Amino acid sequence: MTNWKVILSIAKTHLLTKMKSTVTASLGVTFGIGAYITLVSFMTGLNGMLDDLVLNQTPHIHMYNEIAPSAEQPISLYDKFDGGLNVVHSVKPKQNQLKIHNALPILNYLKDKENVKGATPQLRTQIFYLSGSSELGGNLVGVDIMEEVRLSNIQDNIVEGSPEALKNNENGILLGSGLAKKMSLGVGNRVQISTVKGTVFPLKIIGIYQSGIAEIDNVQSFANLKTVQRIQGEPENYITDINIKLYDLKEAEPMARKLEKQFKIKATDINEANAQFETGTNIRNIITYAVSITLLIVAGFGIYNILNMLIYEKMKDIAILKATGFSGKDVQLIFMSQAMLIGVAGGIVGLIIGFFLSRIIDNIPFETEALPTISTFPVNYNLWYYVIGIVFALISTFIAGYLPSNKARKIDPVRIIRGT
Amino acid sequence: MGTVLETKNINKHFRKPVDFHVLKDISFSVQEGEFASIMGKSGSGKSTLLYILSTMDTDYEGQLFLNEELVTGKHQKELSQLRNRHIGFVFQFHYLLSEFSVLENVMLPAKKLASKSYEEIEHDAMEKLKMLKIEHLAQKRASRVSGGEKQRVAIARALINNPDILMGDEPTGNLDSYNAENVFQIFKRLKEEEGLSLLVVTHDMDFAKRTDRIIVMEDGTILD
Repeated sequence: MTNWKVILSIAKTHLLTKMKSTVTASLGVTFGIGAYITLVSFMTGLNGMLDDLVLNQTPHIHMYNEIAPSAEQPISLYDKFDGGLNVVHSVKPKQNQLKIHNALPILNYLKDKENVKGATPQLRTQIFYLSGSSELGGNLVGVDIMEEVRLSNIQDNIVEGSPEALKNNENGILLGSGLAKKMSLGVGNRVQISTVKGTVFPLKIIGIYQSGIAEIDNVQSFANLKTVQRIQGEPENYITDINIKLYDLKEAEPMARKLEKQFKIKATDINEANAQFETGTNIRNIITYAVSITLLIVAGFGIYNILNMLIYEKMKDIAILKATGFSGKDVQLIFMSQAMLIGVAGGIVGLIIGFFLSRIIDNIPFETEALPTISTFPVNYNLWYYVIGIVFALISTFIAGYLPSNKARKIDPVRIIRGT
Repeated sequence: MGTVLETKNINKHFRKPVDFHVLKDISFSVQEGEFASIMGKSGSGKSTLLYILSTMDTDYEGQLFLNEELVTGKHQKELSQLRNRHIGFVFQFHYLLSEFSVLENVMLPAKKLASKSYEEIEHDAMEKLKMLKIEHLAQKRASRVSGGEKQRVAIARALINNPDILMGDEPTGNLDSYNAENVFQIFKRLKEEEGLSLLVVTHDMDFAKRTDRIIVMEDGTILD
């Protein structure tokens, strides 16, 4: 039977009469939590932005025909050489077309699957951009532009012009920003391109594409799938790549393996393509948590100290409380509730301060060539971080309060009252 | 008349710094409505005995009965409930919680017992303060009242749960003769009007002489 009303009123009186220590202890928690919220919001905001930068340009699953030697050379199929040591010199890649066999039925099959958000066909070709007498190597990607807009953030990267304009123009091209700069071209100009076979086509620039990654912007342009098929002189079912976007990223890996088997085609999933990217994200998260936990440990020591002092000061009060019938547990609860009140108050103020600091960071201008869509620092306002923050505050104050309050529980009133 | 408090063969040793036999085979009892005092020289073990009787000290051999119920061996939690309900305690030093008002100090043990509503407790506390003629101090901070008044507040606090026995460890030890006399009169009135049992450890011969019974202790034993 615990009488919370009495315990809390005693705890409250202690806290209010020792306002300075209370505020100091709470401030420790406030700074810890405030710093955690600010750091984690900013760091994950940055992570999200960098993820967007690279990952959103990568499809969840990318299907294409790989140019590679056959895994099994014909000689191993011939049973007369079975058991011998067969050596094949200068192995060549298997003769294969870049075109995906039965691409249109595969696309329809994928679009009907429940876990697939969408599948887009692409035709990637090597071309030359002609500018006067100089030729710039590069590639042209034929896309179904409206599907790309739905499934990826390509729209964010179109800095001039619009996807609709590309869709409506049979001879339009979305030129890479680096290329546009090199060739001094802008929207409305025409650019000559030449296929590997040597045929030259004039295309009208209806937009500028800037991904933020120079290597891409210097070589890559987009056009309608049909346009590229026509340039290449290929039929409508000539598709070299299929990009798949799923609802759940986690399904990418098993599904890629399944598709590889099903269609005898190379399928890479997003994790394979961006393994090193995960690492960077993880390390940033570790740094955020390490710094926050350090701050909270420091705050915890502050609370521990102040409660220790308080208990030392209140020895006589503790003795008399015990003499008049408060149990050791009651006394412990009095000091525990003080610690927890400090934790809750400090934690909530910390969350508010963290939120305002995040707002300030969110409004600091941050403009860079590489990121056309960003104008201020990115901040992630995820509610979960606030929940984690307050739980952190409670756990650290609980531990910091538990040790001194346990000491208070064990105080022998007889020794205090007799003064020995 | 029943027995409020009884001990059977209580022995206690101080083990630090060297083994010391403080209490030797203490057996005695306090009857309902009796005002008893324990006298003895310093070191005779009278305070030690009182703290055993108060159930705060549990490190002893022998048996202790409160209201004819065996208390020895009970869990700390039960003991603190027992103290809360049945025993009032007045010390040489008042031990009031200095941040709280006089009224809050008096109410605290009753709030812990929680057998009455807040209003009833407040009413009871005011009654006790009135009885001790200090009701005008109710809203003052405990640290702001004089020494004699503090001791009366401490007595009011000891009485708030209407205990079966009031124990005092030199309750007049820190008071001038006027206030000491005052406290004695209060104790006497409590015994006569409310039939309260009292057990008081004291050095004061004048005080002890006027009680019903003097228990004299010497070297850890009771002299008859």
